[in-house]
Amino acid sequence: MATQQTQLLARTLLTPAVALLFIWMIVPLALTIYFATLHYNLLDPGSESFVGLENFRYFLTDPAFLASLQNTLVLVGSVLAITIILGVPLALLLDQQVVGLSIVRLMVIAPFFVMPTVSALVWKNLLMHPVSGLFAWIAHLFGLPAIDWFNDAPLFSVILIVSWQWLPFATLILLTALQSLDEEQKEAAEMDGASAISTFVYITLPHLARPITVVILIETIFLLTVFAEIFVTTGGGPGLQTTNIAFLIYSQALIQYDVGSASAGGLVAVVLANIVAFFLVRIVGRNLEA
Amino acid sequence: MARMVTTRNKVISTAAAWLAGFLIFFPILWMVLASFKTELEAFAIPPSFLFFHWTTENYVTVQERSDYLHHALNSIIIAGGSTLIAMLIAIPAAWSMAFSPTKRTKDVLLWMLSTKMMPPVGVLVPIYLIFRTVGLLDTRSGLIFILCLGNLPIVIWMLFTYFKEIPKDILEAARMDGATIGRELIYVLTPMAVPGLASTLLLNLILAWNEAFWTLNLSTLEAAPLTVFIASYSSPEGLFWAKLSAASTLAIAPILVLGWFSQRQLVRGLTFGAVK
Amino acid sequence: MGRITLQGVQKSFGPVHIIKGADLEITDGSFVVFVGPSGCGKTTLLRLIAGLEDVTGGAILIDGRNVVDVPPAKRGLSMVFQSYALYPHMSVRGNIAFGLKMAGVAKDEINRKVEAAAATLNLTPYLDRKPRELSGGQRQRVAIGRAIVREPKAFLFDEPLSNLDAALRVQMRLEVTRLQKQLGTTAIYVTHDQVEAMTMADKIVVLNGGKIEQYGSPLELYEKPNNLFVAGFIGSPKMNFVTGELAKQQGATTIGVRPEHLKVERDGQGGWQGTVAVAEHLGSDTFLYVDAAALGMLTARYVGELDLHPGDKVSLIPDPARIHRFDDSGKSIHA
Repeated sequence: MATQQTQLLARTLLTPAVALLFIWMIVPLALTIYFATLHYNLLDPGSESFVGLENFRYFLTDPAFLASLQNTLVLVGSVLAITIILGVPLALLLDQQVVGLSIVRLMVIAPFFVMPTVSALVWKNLLMHPVSGLFAWIAHLFGLPAIDWFNDAPLFSVILIVSWQWLPFATLILLTALQSLDEEQKEAAEMDGASAISTFVYITLPHLARPITVVILIETIFLLTVFAEIFVTTGGGPGLQTTNIAFLIYSQALIQYDVGSASAGGLVAVVLANIVAFFLVRIVGRNLEA
Repeated sequence: MARMVTTRNKVISTAAAWLAGFLIFFPILWMVLASFKTELEAFAIPPSFLFFHWTTENYVTVQERSDYLHHALNSIIIAGGSTLIAMLIAIPAAWSMAFSPTKRTKDVLLWMLSTKMMPPVGVLVPIYLIFRTVGLLDTRSGLIFILCLGNLPIVIWMLFTYFKEIPKDILEAARMDGATIGRELIYVLTPMAVPGLASTLLLNLILAWNEAFWTLNLSTLEAAPLTVFIASYSSPEGLFWAKLSAASTLAIAPILVLGWFSQRQLVRGLTFGAVK
Repeated sequence: MGRITLQGVQKSFGPVHIIKGADLEITDGSFVVFVGPSGCGKTTLLRLIAGLEDVTGGAILIDGRNVVDVPPAKRGLSMVFQSYALYPHMSVRGNIAFGLKMAGVAKDEINRKVEAAAATLNLTPYLDRKPRELSGGQRQRVAIGRAIVREPKAFLFDEPLSNLDAALRVQMRLEVTRLQKQLGTTAIYVTHDQVEAMTMADKIVVLNGGKIEQYGSPLELYEKPNNLFVAGFIGSPKMNFVTGELAKQQGATTIGVRPEHLKVERDGQGGWQGTVAVAEHLGSDTFLYVDAAALGMLTARYVGELDLHPGDKVSLIPDPARIHRFDDSGKSIHA
């Protein structure tokens, strides 16, 4: 395989992909950095001027930034916790002998394939509507007052929807990992007199450590920029209660047309994502060696 | 005795799994049911689960509204187009890295992966402005371009992991048998890679179909796919639940079917081979 | 014709020298085995001849023509891979025919040749099966069929039997040898198994650390090893090596005696004294592992059954005509 002829051909075939991705990465990023140093508002054309780090100062000291940062972290953290805490037992359950497993698998995986705008609207209207939603009716059956989800607990409502979308992902990855667990290892533990619980704690859980890490990293990357679910349910409100960083940047860019400040915010988002990406790339890279 | 316990366990785990599966699937089921109700029944409290007046009028209405078909067509063109172009660029690249790796191949792969990790919102502003300047806003070609680039790293990675599993020996055997590189691709590599190509295609169709950041921000009407169309129901005056449900069902049904076919490849595609 | 000549062939991957200058003359029709421990470069050397790797230096001549710049398909060689490398999506017929198809041979001639090859290899009933429906031995035969049908100048075998179980391996060993003799085609065969090398080869190339240690017939290697490495590698069980005073008396740094050249005497007086540590009774042979104090552990082979057990005192008497002597660089000293 390693003849010069094939190597030359290989380099040629790789070039388009590398070139495209390089442009895709570098041009927008460079422009974002450039815009971030300008006073640049689309409503005020022609007034562009260099302002240095002013946009960063403005963005980072804006109370909306702190609020949205907090919302972002709460959203990411809660969804991660929910999907993993529910995902582990769910994966263990699907790893058992279950009649009709393939159908159950299909039901469990389905939410992941629903487009975000659909799942957000179905939850918001059909399920969580304070008067006509199914949850209101269930609360009524138990004699409880109906909850006005998106007013009383807006962030929690968004968390609930996003968790529902990502639970299948976590479950599926954990299940795949469980199925790769060597059956003989479990049998050896059984021969060693380990109970079901100690087998879980000493054999299964350590085996799941790595897939859980992968779930955390990949979900984090996507969850940092949750957008559509907020866009169609709360529009960031009430107030700033469901505004995350992605939504804040969107509203500054395309609602307030403040290009400079939005760009500065964009760079903050890039830095946050890169911190996570750093760890993910290391894990994936280590796997490439094997 | 042991056998009894096993059977009992099986019954318990089956019941628990079906219950969990039903609960998770319920919102989708509820939506599908609502799509067959009249608008009044869809709002009704107490809700009716099965014993309502089944009607397909919502589907008829949704189909008749030409804008639904328009958006569905956009979805097909944008998801299909971006996936196909991504495949065309990715196949040679993945082939090259899988079968003729160099010391830098690993770094190139990881770098490609890292471009996927750049949050779209970080580059929203320049992309929006570039699109506005060159007139790509609200065009299908603009969205095809963006979604193609966004998914390219995943496509390359998936293909790379599939190609990597094809034993090098077999390609060398073909070479010893006198196959040129072109014939090696046609007669040996492609037939062996078809399952991998198919699942890569499927998964990326799904991702492109459901993409809801760029589509919401870069299209309004002309090029707007179903994600944007559905989002238009969020306005308070658009509270037609039954029609929303019917439109949603139509929007997710094809992709749900494709998704169910590709569920086994999903893990590989989305974890970049980190979980097998 | 299939005469293959290597002249100063070198291969390095970056700073790592895998093949450090190999010279070799393989005559037409001979069966040559490359043998050596893992990492010795034997597979790399085979792949260089095949054209699957580029040489870093030197020349490879097939029938007098330098082929280093000729692509693998044009060298007129065929190869049997360790993993068989069968095309999984093609039937047995398709696999065997592929090379002929690539060469543009007419359809009926392909059919005729494929069927002839299948008949030779007892594959006729399986022609329309897919490789995954075959047993290991059958797959092996398909791989060989694919190689012979093209009537190459030489066969290249890369550890072809290592994935088979022991009984099948012996059987295939015979079949491969017989087939090669019948066709009269040059064969180069890579293995790490010195028994395979001894039984199959007309000539053996012993490789170690990227260098050819010795090239000769199996018996030459057995009787006149060039150096310590070849002496230790060829022959089973391994040759016993003794250093120190005893060797010095023989005018050598190290002397070596094969286990089968040690005469075993119970409670004997002469020779080398020791205690039996382990005795393996195979019925046909008895292997004794003898703790000979300062001389270390010695292995002796006795043809037939010998009623000795751990703890028994024995003396081992080397056959004086069969003592191999080595100088301090490990080279053999020939009288």
